Amino acid sequence: MTHSLVVVDDHAGLPSVPSTEVLTAARGLGSAVDAVWLGAAAPGPEALDVLGSYGARTVYVPELGGLTPDVAAVAAEAVLAVVGQADGPDAVLLVSTFAGKEIAARLAVGLGSGAVVDAVGVERADDGSLAARKVVFAGTWESVCTVTRGVPVVALKPASVEARPVTEAVAPAVVDVPVAFSPAARGVRVVERTEHAGGGRVPLSEAKVVVAGGRGVEGDFSAVEELADLLGAAVGATRVATDEGWIGHHAQIGQTGVTIAPRVYIGVGVSGAVHHTAGMQAAETIIAVNTDPEAPIFEMADFGVVGDVTDVLPQAIAELRRLRQG
Amino acid sequence: MRIVVCVKHVPDLQSERALDSRGFTVRGEDDVLNELDENAVEAAVSLAEEHGGEVVAVTMGPADAVDALRRALQMGAHSAVHIDDDALAGSDVVGTARVLAAAVRAIGAEDPVDLVVTGMAAMDGLTSMLPAALAACLELPQLTLATRIDVTGGTLRVRREIGEAVETLEAPLPALVSVTDQANEPRYPNFRAIIGAKKKPVTRWTLADLEPYLGADVTVTGAAGAGTRILRSAARPGRQQGRIVTDSGDGGAQLAAYLVENKLV
Repeated sequence: MTHSLVVVDDHAGLPSVPSTEVLTAARGLGSAVDAVWLGAAAPGPEALDVLGSYGARTVYVPELGGLTPDVAAVAAEAVLAVVGQADGPDAVLLVSTFAGKEIAARLAVGLGSGAVVDAVGVERADDGSLAARKVVFAGTWESVCTVTRGVPVVALKPASVEARPVTEAVAPAVVDVPVAFSPAARGVRVVERTEHAGGGRVPLSEAKVVVAGGRGVEGDFSAVEELADLLGAAVGATRVATDEGWIGHHAQIGQTGVTIAPRVYIGVGVSGAVHHTAGMQAAETIIAVNTDPEAPIFEMADFGVVGDVTDVLPQAIAELRRLRQG
Repeated sequence: MRIVVCVKHVPDLQSERALDSRGFTVRGEDDVLNELDENAVEAAVSLAEEHGGEVVAVTMGPADAVDALRRALQMGAHSAVHIDDDALAGSDVVGTARVLAAAVRAIGAEDPVDLVVTGMAAMDGLTSMLPAALAACLELPQLTLATRIDVTGGTLRVRREIGEAVETLEAPLPALVSVTDQANEPRYPNFRAIIGAKKKPVTRWTLADLEPYLGADVTVTGAAGAGTRILRSAARPGRQQGRIVTDSGDGGAQLAAYLVENKLV
C-alpha cells in the first residue's frame, strides 16, 4: 500500500499544531499516512497519542546521534534516510516554515525530485500526481503546481488547513531509523539557541487571528497586545515597527519576516506596503484601522475603519468585552 | 578569502508581475538586482575588505541579467560570471542550484572558494529554497538567514532569528551563508565605483562551459528538466473592497460589531 510521509516538528515534546494540519492534509490524499518524528528526543506516549489521533500509522524516529534537527542538513538527511527505507512513500509533506522550506529544498536535491513550498492546499489529481495550490506575487496571482518526477515534496503554510483528528485513533508503530550523516551536516554547530518568550500567546505563524501594528501605533503596542490577548491572537508587526525597536524582530510579517495565513488579520496603523502585504495576503478576512483613508491596505480590507488607533482600539476592546459579558 | 556571491535579476517589486502560459515569470523592462541580494553583496565585499581576498559575483539569467552583475561590481565585487544559456529558461530551484553549484566548482578549480554568500530569498519567487539547495549540491555546511556574520580563522559564525528562536551557529569554512536584510546596510556606489566597475571583467559561460562540473546534473536544467511544473495560473480577482467606515466616535464599536456579527472571534 502506498503511503505519504509527514515530517513532524517537535514542539515541547508534542507535535506542533502545523504538523497536525499537515497530517490532516495528507489524509486527504487517499493513501495511508506515516510520520517522521524530528525531535531532539524520541516521541513520548503523549506525542504518539497525538500522532495516532491524526491517523499516523507508523512513526519513524531517525537516530540523530546527538545532532540537532534545528540544523537543516541534519533534518533533511534524517528524512532522506526514512524515505530510503524499503517501502518508500509516494509523497513527503511538511510545514512551510523557514526551516521546513530549507528541508524541502534539500529533500528535492537529495531525491532528485521537485519541491513546492508555501502551498495553501494540496490534492491528488486524477492522474495520481499531486497538485499544490499557491498564492504568489503578493496575492495577485494564484497557481497550481505539480512535481514532475521522483517523490514529490510539498510544504504547506501553517494555518492554511484546519487540523482534524480521525474518528478512530490508531496506535502507531514506532520504527527507529539509523542515519549516516554527511560531514556538511555534522559541520554545523548550534552554539546558542534562545526561544522567544511568547507571553503565553500562540506563535505568529500558527495563529488563527493576528493583530499587527505598524507605523501608526507610534511606538505603543499596548493596545495591539491587549486586543490580541482578548481575541486569543498573535501579535505581528511591520518592518518599520520592528526596525524602530517597538517590538522584537520575530514579530515581523512580510517578505523578510514571517508569512501568515490566518482566518483574521487586523492591521492597526499599517499602511499596506507590499513588503508587509506579501506576508499576510493569504489571510481570509482582512481588517484595517488607519488614519489615512488613502492607505493601500483599505483596498484589500474586508472591513476598515478610517480613524485614530488611539480612539478606535480602546473602544473596540471595551465593546468586545461588553458583548462577551452580555 | 575567496568569496562567491550569487545574485539574481528580478522584476521590480513595485511593477506589475505576471506568469505566462508556461508558468514562467514575465520579465519586465524594469528588472533590478534582487533587493535582498544587495545585502549578500555587501556582506561578501565587507568580509573581503576585512580579511583580504576577492569576491566573484555570479548570476544565471538571460542577457539583461548582466545588469545585476554590474550593480554587484559597482558595490565592490572584483569580477563576475554570467551564466547565460537559452536552455536554462524555466529551470526550477533544484536546476538553478545545480547550475550555480557547477559554477562555484568551476570558479574553485582556479583557486579554492572559501565562502558562498546568497541573499535570503529572491523577490520574485520568495521561496528562500535556493540557499539550502545550493549548499546541498555543494555538500557545504549551510548557515542561513544570518543577521550577523563573523569569520575568525577558519570558522564562520552567524546569528539568526528563525521563527520563535534566536540562534548562533558555527561551521568550518568552506561554507555557505545566506543573509537577511538585517545583516547590514548595503553601500550606495559612488561615481568612482560606477566608473571603475566598467573595467572589471565579466565572464560569460554557457551550459557547455559548465559541463565538466555539472556531471549528470545537466538533465535537470531548463523547463524540460524542472522537477516542478505550473499546471495552471491565473491573476486573482482583486479583493473586493469591503466596507470602509470613517470613525465619528463609534469606529471601535463598529469594528467590534463586525468581528462578532461575522463570527470572526
